[in-house]
Amino acid sequence: MEIDSVRKPNQKLSKTEKKLRQKQVKARNTLLRHEGIECVSSPTKSLVIANGGLGNGIGRCQLLSMVEECGSVEALLMPPNKPYSFVKYGLIEDCKRAYDTLNGKEIMLEDSSQGIVLYVNFVGKVPWEVTTPTALPPGLRVIEDLVSPEEERRLLESIDWTEDEVIPNAQKSLKHRRVKHFGYEFRYDNNNVDRDRPLPGGLPELCNVILAKCLKLGYIKEKPDQLTINQYEPGQGIPPHIDTHSAFEDEIISLSLGAEIVMDFKHPDGQAVAVMLPQRSLLLMSGESRYLWTHGITPRKFDIVQASGGWKVGTVSANIGDLTLNKRGKRTSFTFRKVRRSPCNCVYPSVCDSQRKDTAPSFPVSDSDASKLEEKYVHEVYEEIAGHFSNTRHSPWPRVVEFLSGLPCGAVVADVGCGNGKYLGVGKDLYMLGCDRSKNLVDICGQKGSQAFVGDALSVPIRSGTCDACISIAVVHHFSTAERRLAALCELVRLLRPGGRALVYVWAMEQEYNKQKSKYLKEKRSRRGGMEETNGGACERDHQYLVHPNNGTSQETHPKLPVHTNRTSFDSQDLLVPWHLKDGTKKKAEPIKSHQPPSNSANSCKPSPVFHRYYHVFCEGELEEVCKSLDCIKVVESYYDQGNWCVVLEKR
Amino acid sequence: MKLLTHNMLTSHVRPGGGFPLRIQATEVKVNNLDFNQEFTARMVPKVEWGALVEAAESLGHRSDLPSEPIPDYEKNEEFLRKVHHVLMEVEVMEGVLKCPDTGREFPITKGIPNMLLSEEET
Repeated sequence: MEIDSVRKPNQKLSKTEKKLRQKQVKARNTLLRHEGIECVSSPTKSLVIANGGLGNGIGRCQLLSMVEECGSVEALLMPPNKPYSFVKYGLIEDCKRAYDTLNGKEIMLEDSSQGIVLYVNFVGKVPWEVTTPTALPPGLRVIEDLVSPEEERRLLESIDWTEDEVIPNAQKSLKHRRVKHFGYEFRYDNNNVDRDRPLPGGLPELCNVILAKCLKLGYIKEKPDQLTINQYEPGQGIPPHIDTHSAFEDEIISLSLGAEIVMDFKHPDGQAVAVMLPQRSLLLMSGESRYLWTHGITPRKFDIVQASGGWKVGTVSANIGDLTLNKRGKRTSFTFRKVRRSPCNCVYPSVCDSQRKDTAPSFPVSDSDASKLEEKYVHEVYEEIAGHFSNTRHSPWPRVVEFLSGLPCGAVVADVGCGNGKYLGVGKDLYMLGCDRSKNLVDICGQKGSQAFVGDALSVPIRSGTCDACISIAVVHHFSTAERRLAALCELVRLLRPGGRALVYVWAMEQEYNKQKSKYLKEKRSRRGGMEETNGGACERDHQYLVHPNNGTSQETHPKLPVHTNRTSFDSQDLLVPWHLKDGTKKKAEPIKSHQPPSNSANSCKPSPVFHRYYHVFCEGELEEVCKSLDCIKVVESYYDQGNWCVVLEKR
Repeated sequence: MKLLTHNMLTSHVRPGGGFPLRIQATEVKVNNLDFNQEFTARMVPKVEWGALVEAAESLGHRSDLPSEPIPDYEKNEEFLRKVHHVLMEVEVMEGVLKCPDTGREFPITKGIPNMLLSEEET
């Protein structure tokens, strides 16, 4: 076998060696299956070290000293969050020595008593991606050393955590950090402030000195009147959010005390920028970075930082040759904001609660309401975004493919809500029929040579009992009442012959399940095309209800639908999900530039048009429950797959 | 639209009355496709044979298809090749599908039938 090439041939393996070899082969297979990393049999100059990654909690320093002991290292690549690393040596001999030394070696993780065993394989090519350094989001600045260590100490000592620590309406969102408000209380139930009820005492005197400095140095134009102090223990975080537009003015500043931290910024289209906020630095957010990008802190005990000058201001680039772990300390932030007195009129209406009041639809009550809602917030939207949508939908979901692959030759399969038809070509021996409400999407299916037609999922133009199988992938969640969702499932079942099976996927309310985040939450721009994915952006922590014009005191009986913040967890089952349209045709026309400008500020001048799609996200058990109410149906299987609830039904 | 697809399609203007849809084609295309004997044999019991013959006839592509499936068709390559041709190779690119019950017409453009009904029709 190939691994023997570096061992003496015909040498009899001991039991331990056999076990090690099994594990090594297993690691190799896992790398190939999950990461597409191909190991090779004969010695090369490069190794992949399974279990030796940043994702395992191994820092760059620790690993580097180990690999350097074996020879002269040309490069050590540690991709963020991955359970492996690559090392490249100048000489094959050094690499062989490292292979012999490190394979099966147990090492102790720093700052823990845990041990971990490394499994090492040779690789031909090291997947080194050259990345352009990412720029800070437009409108964002970080000022180093705004305060002295002495000022920092005094500020931290001034906080009295003993009083009013429990904020009644805030327990859910704040269980992970300590919070205190000055000037005005920030209310976590409506993500706003009571303008008419300022807190007695105003801002602490110490802060006034710092704010005066910021004004003098021109960092801010107006003096803030609200302060929120957050304290994060290592491992704590804050979910991605945009500070409510209508609550605060443009400039938001935040002082990081006690320890540095990496803050994650995300553009609605998925672009992510990790920004290092050093201890005693000031973060300034204005313009696009304040209004359009979400910011948050991932709850974890270590940050991934740049190994060289990791505590310096700036973005943490994706250069995997220079990343390591940085243990978090207790960080306290002082965030200063100015309460807004008039509606926000920013240029980002898609994420602005001041500007979207009147257009938001109500929760549907009657069937005709529901149908109108779906017409405007599902059908028309897909028609508009078809091209761009289709470009983001190329990879079929593995378990759907698995379902289709399990069908016998000659099975007739209806894909109801087939979209751009990504499943229509999956089974070569199947007869797949695609049906979708969007003509533009069905046209795309037609261009691929698939059999598809325009039709409604509540009235599929297929004879009853003709299908051996049906799939309904990410469709039923677009129906806005329980009756219509049931009707859509009934219609699917009508198409099946007795014994035929249907696979149904709907988006799940639970985007974290068994402590695993779905791809939707994790997805970044560079890794497009996974599960039900949306681009878009929205508002403050938790959700941004599109409030009625009367601003909360409304007599309106039917609540407005909330707008979801893309790539965050759901807080409502019925919601609107923004889609930021990109002009796909434009991209093609332009010649491919060898140097992309690192900043996205050029695109950000004119915000892309935003569409909102209606979704009903399903809670655990809900889809199964609906299915059980259908006649002649048996729920054969029910599972969770990357942020979706899924069932396999069988018609009796 | 292949004739196999057509054989599955129905209109829902009135329940139970929309099959088979009459084809009025202005453009028909014939594609050569690889013959898969097992696949084709498995399609035979799934199709409404009369509707298939009628549709093929109306397009002038009946290709000697008998009015009933022949006995032991599974092993009859000659027969199955005819079925393959009619089911898989003949495609209506432009035209209309007409509901036999109500006369409602559904357009076919670039091979794609649009079976949507307006809200009043449902």
